[in-house]
Amino acid sequence: MSAITAARGRPYIPLLVTSALLISMFGAGSVQYDGFFSGQVLLNLLIDNAFLLVVAVGMTFVVLTGGIDLSVGAMVALSTVISAWLVERHGWPPLLVIPLVLAVGTGAGLAMGWVIHSFEIQPFIVTLAGMFLARGLCYTISIDSISLTDPAYTAFAQTRIPLPGDLFVSPSVLIAVGVLVIAFAVLHYTRLGRNVYALGGSEQSARLMGLPAGRTKMAVYAVSGFCSALGGVLLTFYMLSGYGLHAVGLELDAIAAVVIGGTLLTGGSGYLLGTALGVLVLGLIQTVITFQGTLSSWWTRIVVGGLLFVFILFQRLIAGRRKV
Amino acid sequence: MTKHRLFWPATVLAALLLANVLFTPDFFAIRVKDGHLYGSLIDILHFGAPLILVALGMTLVIATSGIDLSVGSTVAIAGALACLHISGAADPASPGTVFGAVAIALAVALVLGLINGVLVAGVGVQPIIATLILMVAGRGVAQLVTDGQIVTVTSEPYKLIGGGYWLTMPFAILLAVLVVLLTSLLTRRTALGLLLESVGGNPVASRLVGIRAMGLICLVYVFSALCAAVAGLMISSNVSSADGNNAGLWIELDAILAVVVGGTALTGGRFSLGGTVIGALLIQTLSTTVYTIGIPPETTLVFKAFVVIAVCLIQSPAFRAKAARRRARTGRGPTPRPLTTENTEVGA
Repeated sequence: MSAITAARGRPYIPLLVTSALLISMFGAGSVQYDGFFSGQVLLNLLIDNAFLLVVAVGMTFVVLTGGIDLSVGAMVALSTVISAWLVERHGWPPLLVIPLVLAVGTGAGLAMGWVIHSFEIQPFIVTLAGMFLARGLCYTISIDSISLTDPAYTAFAQTRIPLPGDLFVSPSVLIAVGVLVIAFAVLHYTRLGRNVYALGGSEQSARLMGLPAGRTKMAVYAVSGFCSALGGVLLTFYMLSGYGLHAVGLELDAIAAVVIGGTLLTGGSGYLLGTALGVLVLGLIQTVITFQGTLSSWWTRIVVGGLLFVFILFQRLIAGRRKV
Repeated sequence: MTKHRLFWPATVLAALLLANVLFTPDFFAIRVKDGHLYGSLIDILHFGAPLILVALGMTLVIATSGIDLSVGSTVAIAGALACLHISGAADPASPGTVFGAVAIALAVALVLGLINGVLVAGVGVQPIIATLILMVAGRGVAQLVTDGQIVTVTSEPYKLIGGGYWLTMPFAILLAVLVVLLTSLLTRRTALGLLLESVGGNPVASRLVGIRAMGLICLVYVFSALCAAVAGLMISSNVSSADGNNAGLWIELDAILAVVVGGTALTGGRFSLGGTVIGALLIQTLSTTVYTIGIPPETTLVFKAFVVIAVCLIQSPAFRAKAARRRARTGRGPTPRPLTTENTEVGA
């Protein structure tokens, strides 16, 4: 019934609301705190959250098909641990390690997608097992944090790309934005992208139309695996260490960014741009709390929870109440 | 006999317990020292009691085809509130203070459970997401309550809940047994269990025959939160302190695992409390085994991952059908049953 009207205008509403929220938060911050209103504060949002953006892009693919990937945080941690372990303890060249880590992430995602598809087990459980496995492997490789002193890594971490007006970004930001652009192109201009939306809209209809549901499902989890591995690589540059406790709870942040960005958790509707805005909102909450100074960082989690609550209620209003 | 749904979990549990004898010959020995029972088996029950409780609540939630991710946060909040109340009281050792602490923890859990229940049943949000909110925000709340510190308490009556002994048994075990018995009486001797299974199996049909699904769904989330709160009291009482950051961390995953291992399908519509108890003990034994045979404890997660995958594959109708077809092709084993019976069995 309302599916057609929904396809025309409604999905943009959450996007507009998120943008309005972002602008008003930034505006309120600028009024409240000295030095808040600057381009660099905005760019720092990107610098500090580049890895989250990459992970959230992968998560968007999965959520668009109506699935969920709980393994991303653990995969990020595993990537940092494998990188640091191979480079520091075994002297492997970074140029070999990074592609290897990306391959591991993609392979793990593909494997989870395969299990989900071919044995019809819920994504939630399979990716939960993936999460256990990846975190367990982290600790099996090394219980302690391995710091990275490899010159290639430190050089990359310290590189600043100057922008006009005394501003700068890190190379990670460029990579993250590149991923966003490629993912946008894939979602909107390729067959895979159309299959992702179709599968999320109605898996049964997608199958009846002859779309390769299984291959699409495996592809989205592979994309998510690749993105989390790449997020891990970016985090290694940011943290200059590999540790099994890195990125604990990142899967929740990624899901929160996707939801706040207006993607329907039931799948089929949403935009990558929204996810990017969602990541910025999360980053801005953190920034405001840092600027406030008197608030403890635990407020971040509470505010994120509150925002999730509001946006989920909002999604229900937009999508209309489905009969229970 | 292998057809009984508790057969495989119970067999694996027994095998795991027996495997321990290879490494610790006196594994099954139970001694009485100072009027208290001691032994590895008692330890497994004692340290497994919080998990049994959380998994029990989770079972009923999953029976209605929901899931509760917020139990870990509830565990942390309950422990934090109780410890804060006791440490701030004039007389921490008085039973009144402890009762007050327990009452506060349970009352807050009631509210948390209601929030989940209203979001799921009233607003119609997917359970994973509805409870995710509290999972994210709850840790922050627990940290805020304890101000980021580990709140330590010295109170004999409070110590009893998780670390004390009563009638030679650890009190936590008795408490867990009591809750399990009450729950199974309520769900199996009254129509409640049937109603829950009906709501989980087919919510629309249940509504049409006049079952009040909304109230029932609220009820299971409240029950789950209360169970989690009691578990939180046990955990914080056992170590005489509340740690907002680490208390109950990942217990929701262990609990879901226990429920699934116990034979309750995540699709809802069918549950087994006995299976859940066996599942929770299996997971606790797995952790204990890892410690006793000297495998680095860090690898416990890897083991758990393989257990989850194995159990889910065994339970998956698609996997069974494929395995059966393969056996039939190679001429070994019995001919597979038709797919349809496999599917109806799960009650999808």
